[in-house]
Amino acid sequence: MDFSKGVKDGLPIGLGYFAVSFSFGIAGSKFFSWPLVTLISMTNLTSAGQFAGLQIMADAAGTFIEMAIATFFINLRYSLMAISLSQKVAPNFGTFKRLLLATGITDEIYALAVSQTSPVTARYFAGLMVLPYIGWSSGTLCGAVCGEILPAVVTNALGVALYGMFVAIVVPQMKASRPTLVAVLIAIACSFAFKFVPALSGVTVGFAIIICALVASLLGAAFFPIKDEPKDSSEQGEAA
Amino acid sequence: MSLRDYLVFLAVMAGVTYLLRAVPFVLLKGKIKSRFWRSFLAYVPYTVLAAMTVPAIFYSTESKASGACALVTAVVASLCRLGLVGVAVVACCTVLCIDGLLPMFF
Repeated sequence: MDFSKGVKDGLPIGLGYFAVSFSFGIAGSKFFSWPLVTLISMTNLTSAGQFAGLQIMADAAGTFIEMAIATFFINLRYSLMAISLSQKVAPNFGTFKRLLLATGITDEIYALAVSQTSPVTARYFAGLMVLPYIGWSSGTLCGAVCGEILPAVVTNALGVALYGMFVAIVVPQMKASRPTLVAVLIAIACSFAFKFVPALSGVTVGFAIIICALVASLLGAAFFPIKDEPKDSSEQGEAA
Repeated sequence: MSLRDYLVFLAVMAGVTYLLRAVPFVLLKGKIKSRFWRSFLAYVPYTVLAAMTVPAIFYSTESKASGACALVTAVVASLCRLGLVGVAVVACCTVLCIDGLLPMFF
């Protein structure tokens, strides 16, 4: 579990991140110059949160408080992953190292780290972060630069790349789990309401996303509470 | 937008994101016990992404038709398990065909 093994394991994530963040760079180049777009990726390292943040920044009525609340709810899942990862790390993974490496807790890096059989050391986790971070930042840079020089017909087409990736994340889960299907359909119905019901048209984009997700997730949790993860029960089994 | 506003937005976004990761990572050792809140958190990523995608995808391209077609082809491609990048490429090609190529013939 050393640094170089982490770097090697992070390579496929880094390549995927380059592709995803390329579309973020293109989306961002419509509003900001390339250094400003790249800086967002270098300081955040999160896909959905950054895209939502960009929408709020681009919205003339967007506010700082809206940004804080939207970012909080969209990225709240990282807190769950951080809790889960904290049970999986080596004893010498101290507080200072955790503060330094917490930025690496993304959906994919987290998933790879907790799937290791041995405890996760700080060196391994740092190695795991390297290529995804470089891929995410450089992909944004290339996308933002290309967004400024590519012809409009191409950037127009690349504008849906992000939504395509969101669909690729959500649809398989909808197919696998009926409760997720219902929750997602509620969120979509809410989202349409904010777009087309005149009484709700004053609500800004960021708050509309937050309210849709809150309503749908709360209803999902109330009517379809999830079963305990099989991984938890196996851990309990090992402990017992 | 002014550079100052951009920097405040950036600081808020990056700060909240970092604290969400770092605070529980450093402080919490136990698991969340409440089944209700674990369920809530399990649904959040999907409902957020869905609310962000629909109906925004219809307005992300030159015409609503190309956005709607891209949504349909993306869903079909996801059901065929093409993966993140594959589905995105399918969606982009759909828009390229409808907004880029069709006007040449009609």
